Parts: sequence; structure tokens; C-alpha cells
Amino acid sequence: MQDPPTVAELLEATASFLREVAVPQLAGHAAFHARVAANALDVVKRELELRPAAERDEHARLNSLLHADGSLEELNALLSRRIAAGELSLQTPGLATHLWATTLAKVAVDQPTYASYRREIGK
Amino acid sequence: MSSRDPAMSEALRRVLARLDPLLRDVANLTRLSAGATNETWSLDAVRDAGVEPLILRRSAVGRGPGVLTLQAEARVLSAVHGCNVPVPEVRCVLAADDELGEGFLMQRIAGATLPGKILRDPALAAVRSQLARQLGSIAAAIHAVDLERLPQLPLLDAQRQVQHLHLQYEAQGTPRPVFELAFRWLREHLPPAVTPVLVHGDYRHGNLIIGEDGVRAVLDWELAHVGDPLEDLAWLCIPPWRFGELDQPVGGFGEREDLLAAYERASGVSIDRARLEWWEVLGSLRWGVMCADMPRWLRSGRDKSVERAMICRRASESELDLLRLLAPRG
Repeated sequence: MQDPPTVAELLEATASFLREVAVPQLAGHAAFHARVAANALDVVKRELELRPAAERDEHARLNSLLHADGSLEELNALLSRRIAAGELSLQTPGLATHLWATTLAKVAVDQPTYASYRREIGK
Repeated sequence: MSSRDPAMSEALRRVLARLDPLLRDVANLTRLSAGATNETWSLDAVRDAGVEPLILRRSAVGRGPGVLTLQAEARVLSAVHGCNVPVPEVRCVLAADDELGEGFLMQRIAGATLPGKILRDPALAAVRSQLARQLGSIAAAIHAVDLERLPQLPLLDAQRQVQHLHLQYEAQGTPRPVFELAFRWLREHLPPAVTPVLVHGDYRHGNLIIGEDGVRAVLDWELAHVGDPLEDLAWLCIPPWRFGELDQPVGGFGEREDLLAAYERASGVSIDRARLEWWEVLGSLRWGVMCADMPRWLRSGRDKSVERAMICRRASESELDLLRLLAPRG
């Protein structure tokens, strides 16, 4: 077992250092990139928290939508091929629900302040 | 951040002195952008009569495929200048023996290009509500430019755009079911061909200089091509350029109907709303495919910056915007 602090706490401390100490002492492109770096650590933190459950749910939905098993990447490749071939469409029960759930879960990690996302989760 | 370069100043002095014997000096040479294939520099040409602010666009290594060369971009700028399209005037195109790489010098126009400033600077409050209409009129002027005046430009109509994007997406090797859905929809709803016109190709925030008097210049013509005029209007309206102002479709500052009404008035052409929507779907997909391209930049070592890495993670935003268009929830 790994000792504290947790990975999330290490990431938070590093992001705070970047925002509160590094950025004010940097100028121009370097300050901009330091801010982006802090945002990247926030993504990592959210991904560590949210990804396991999100991918478990995504996997279960893909199993039932495709009547197939495999890795998440294999199932997404299969889903992509079936949509491209017209075998699955928005008329297929469960497809729209699956794509919405999967996409909202991805944006929750990548960019939860994105205006389109805020609008959709407010519904 | 500035980076100065005495050898480059000297080379620029030679170029400008050839054009104008009254030139005394080149001053304040400062690099504005950090890209490897595209550099932008700011400089001043000093004469007894006064200082002329200039911009140098150049590439030390030449641009990659899929975009205009800097020489061709300069020819497009010169051609549209004087056609009611506000653009910087090109001063000179670099020659091989200038030893500055490929590029050109143009007029430097003062004003705001950063979306945050354009959307929130109190000094721009009065003009903000006029921008959508101005951009509609300017788009009409771009689309009316006589193709005979222009260098040979690639034809990228609706069908070719879908093909090109699909090739790019396939090469990325990551299956994206939402993109597949969008490709399928775009092919099923392909709009009928139209007479091709000059299309700017990247008509959006970042490529517009805005001042207190409105739109002062349209920049960055490297993606110019001939194709469907609605491509430019739709690209201007996609959600990533709204910067939080979701209900202001035109760049976060304007109404779609203001843009379209001004365009229709200036061009005399009435806009097919369904075709515009097709181009908005194409635009969201295009932005998504562009973002999804970034891992290749990282992994090839071409650009390993954290900024580049984070743009990759914006592809999911365009998946969300595509679902909002193609499968809206109540």
C-alpha cells in the first residue's frame, strides 16, 4: 500500500504551485503554457477519479448494443464499423443513449466548463 | 516574450532598402508566434518621414501539404485587397536570395485578435453588436472576388471536404463512433453542388482584427480555396468559437440571423438554411478531426508542447456538439 498523500493530493499541490507561484513569475508564452499545464493536471485528476466507472458502464452498454465482447477499443472499432455500414443508426434502440452517455462522460473529464456541456447537464 | 535576431534585422534591412532607398533602419523586430512551420514577426521600418509598422509572415522550412505556400497566400491577399475585403496590404514577397526563407511583409494593423478581449473589453462594447452584420457583408465581398484575379486554388467542395476529412480521420487510427455517425449523416445529406467561389477557409476568432470601429482586417488566408460560400458562414458559427457565450452563435458576440441578413443584403443571394446546417455539422466534425490529429504531432516529436497535448482532449467537445446537432435531447 502506498503512503499518503494520495495521487489526487499530489496533483492538486502541483497544480496550485503552477497557478499561484509559477504563473505570476513567468511572462508571455511561458506563463500561458504553465496555465495550460495546470489545466492538464486537472484533467489527469478527473480522469483518475471518473474513468474506471465510466469505462465499466461504457463496456456494459457496448456488450448489450453489439451482442459482442472484447476490449473497449475492439468494441468501439466494431461499433464504428457498424455505424459506417448503416447497420446501426439513430433509429436503433439504445444507440443515441449510449453515445450521449459516453460523450458526456468524456467531456466531464476533458473540459467540464465547456458551455455545451454545462447546458446539457443542466437539462 | 520577444526574441530578437540581429542577422535577421540586417537581412530585412536589405530587403526593405531595395524597395525604398529612403529607409533608415529596421527596429523592434519581435517574434509574435512560436510555431515551427509558421512564424509571425513584428517590426518597424524607420524613415525620416516616419515609422511604418509591419508584419513578417515566414517559414524557415516551408509549409506542409494542404495549405497554400506563403507566396500564394501573398497573391491571394493582394488580389482581395481593393475588393471591399479588409486585409493588410502586402509590401513585398521574399525572394530566395533574401536569405530569410519563404514569406512576405505586410502592413501591421492595430486592434484586438484575442477572443477574450473581443468579447469582454468595455472599449469594444459599442461595436460588438455590429460585428455579426459586418462579418456578413465582408463574407459576401470575399465570395464575390473574381476568380480570374486569384492564383490557382484547390477546389474543396462539399463532397471533397467529406472525403479529405475521412482520410484524415482514418489515418488517426482511433475509432470514434460519433464521428462515424456524422460522416454517415453528411454523406446522406450531401448538398447539391454550387458554383464555386473564393472561400477564406478559416473565417473565425483569432483571424480577425477588431477595433473600436469594427472589423479592421481578415487574416490568415493559408486555407483559402474555392468551394461553397456557406462553408465560411457556418465555420464562424460553430460552438468552439463562442467562448462560453453559447446563445450568441456568431463568435460568442452575435446572432446568426444578423450575419445571414447582412450577407443576403450584400450578396443578393438567399441562404438555404438546411445547407448552412449541413456546413455547421461539417464544421464541428472538421474541428474535432483537427483536434484528434494532435497526438500525431506529439508522438512524431513535431510539437510536444503541453498546449498541443491539451488540444487533443478537445475532440470530445466536438463529439458533444455533433450529438447536439444530430441527436438532440429534449
